[in-house]
Amino acid sequence: MYRLLKQIAKTGIVSEPPPHPDETLRQIDQQLGEVILRHFGRALAIRHVDAGSCNGCELEIHSMNGPYYNLERLGIKFVASPRHADLLLVTGPVSRNMELALKRTYAATPDPKLVVAIGDCGCTGGIFGESYASSGRVSNVIPVDVAVPGCPPTPIALMQGILTAISSGGRDRA
Amino acid sequence: MTELALHTQPVAGAMPAFRATVGAAELRGLCEQTRAQKARLVALWGSDETTRGGGYALHLALALGSGLLWLTLPLAREHPRYPSIADIYPCANRMQRATYDLLGIHAQDSPDQRKWVRHRAWPGGVFPLRKAFPIGTSFPPSDDRYPFVKVEGEGVHEIPVGPVHAGTIEPGHFRFSIVGEKILRLEERLCYTHKGIEKLFENMTLAEGARLAGRVSGDSTVAYAWAYAMAVEGATGTEPPSRALGLRAILLELERIANHLGDLGYLGNDVALSFGFFQFWRLKEDLLRLQGELFGHRYLMDQVVPGGVARDLPRDQAERLLARLEQIQSEVVALKAIYDDHAGAQDRFVMTGQVLPELAEKMGLVGFAGRASGIKHDLRVDYPVLPYQQAGVRMATHTRGDVAARVSVRFDEMFESMRLVRTLASQLAPGAIRAPLADCIPGKCGVGWVEGWRGEVLIALESADANRIHRAHAHDPSWQNWPLLERAVLGNIVPDFPLINKSFNLSYSGQDL
Repeated sequence: MYRLLKQIAKTGIVSEPPPHPDETLRQIDQQLGEVILRHFGRALAIRHVDAGSCNGCELEIHSMNGPYYNLERLGIKFVASPRHADLLLVTGPVSRNMELALKRTYAATPDPKLVVAIGDCGCTGGIFGESYASSGRVSNVIPVDVAVPGCPPTPIALMQGILTAISSGGRDRA
Repeated sequence: MTELALHTQPVAGAMPAFRATVGAAELRGLCEQTRAQKARLVALWGSDETTRGGGYALHLALALGSGLLWLTLPLAREHPRYPSIADIYPCANRMQRATYDLLGIHAQDSPDQRKWVRHRAWPGGVFPLRKAFPIGTSFPPSDDRYPFVKVEGEGVHEIPVGPVHAGTIEPGHFRFSIVGEKILRLEERLCYTHKGIEKLFENMTLAEGARLAGRVSGDSTVAYAWAYAMAVEGATGTEPPSRALGLRAILLELERIANHLGDLGYLGNDVALSFGFFQFWRLKEDLLRLQGELFGHRYLMDQVVPGGVARDLPRDQAERLLARLEQIQSEVVALKAIYDDHAGAQDRFVMTGQVLPELAEKMGLVGFAGRASGIKHDLRVDYPVLPYQQAGVRMATHTRGDVAARVSVRFDEMFESMRLVRTLASQLAPGAIRAPLADCIPGKCGVGWVEGWRGEVLIALESADANRIHRAHAHDPSWQNWPLLERAVLGNIVPDFPLINKSFNLSYSGQDL
């Protein structure tokens, strides 16, 4: 126990806007907190759906929950069920084998709901495109509010995507 | 190849590999022989040879002491079939079913004839990997009934989980049969992320395929890209410069370190030690950021290319990398001591999700999970080609086969990878980092076989004309290990499933293709 406490004390609080580029990112951090406060009463619940990705985008979603990005401090929380979610974070391409599950997850999410499509594959179908096995981009299957490109997108890009969805979603769809 | 009385041809390339053709009558006898010699089945796949004047073909990759044996069994154009080998090599079962779904090649006498890759995307009797099937064909959703094995008895009930899971993980379906809190049976249904990767390869040139190979399984992008590059280099007779080989090994070891850091964090999280998650993910992020700076990609995608690597690592940058690793290593040492001493964590780790060596051997468990169950195989040690020949890998093993053993092997392999990066960086040869890719004549084959962080990744490649791909089979070690997860959870309580699952952390995308 002593060693554990010592390690915690030694580490301190590392949550901070990542170093590239510093000032803009601090802005995002503050802005994100304010927007969430305004629209969601300090709590945005996200349900992640892997609709067929290579698992690359998932790695960066995990990173967002790590101590540097520390999404939860902003009031953004990943939840276990779409029934508890305000926003679906969907990685693609949507495989045909996942199409029905994605539609059902969308239907199970209460209105008003937002969808952020993640990664080059979520945005366009990416290298997998459309085929006998792939339905391509997420918006081919469910309505998408914001699409974040990248292979995979960085945690900062993901956070920006979520922020954009909240600000436009509050205006256009809620 | 000395182990078998078989006429083999060497396959050109970095790893020792041999090819042979067998007849249907000899297949089972040969497999019984290789099994008796403790050779493991690495992969089983099929191909359509109708555009080359044949029918179909079944392919097996077996790991023998002297190298990889690639066996090909030519099959007729009408009703292609072969004798099932799933009773000899249990891990062949799902691969045989996938081969049927994709190519219509039938495994005779197999007790399990259920579909595997095919869900509702295409109807039965249609085979997307046949050459005559255009990749863009789509069908109205077909019936997707799937006969799970039912466990019956007083107090037995089922818990269906997925394909959309509670956490941020890939999609798959788990059907638990439970009595009280104990798991009586787990049946997996996978292939939800089937994206037609192998069909896509056949519409690409050898050079184009590299990007796709790096996206078979995102967390193993270096392993796949290297295996693919190795196969292409073998087929084209391209010799990558030795500096590129050293850099590839550095990238592969970094990928191993990053994945183990992430998983060790989650293993803490799964036993309510969220301290571990935050500590390990801080260290992982430290590494990812530097990788982003040095190589232009946090996960090192598209760094390994056919012919060499995309970016050099100049001395001053290598120094930065080594300094960062040294800092991470000293912190991991401290964290390991905390994990080791933490009664709550150890109580959950020890004797949970056990796979004993005998079962592991029988079912063909591979990779670090295999090594945690006494299966002493690591391609870097078994076939030490350059640059591992010079660096000399020390294999980490354990025999208890539980979560604690997999945690222990992961720690050991991470420390060893850090040592390897230091050694490899100090041994980097001067010179070019990429050789031009030679043209390929049709009908050449190549093998790429790499010990990724999860286990052995195989790419088996055959060329078509105009530098195009006739067939590229990508094999993930998860094929072998998923069935063992079903066994590892037996008798454990349902709440330990996430922990056991994470201790293996198998790939869905790599298996589903």
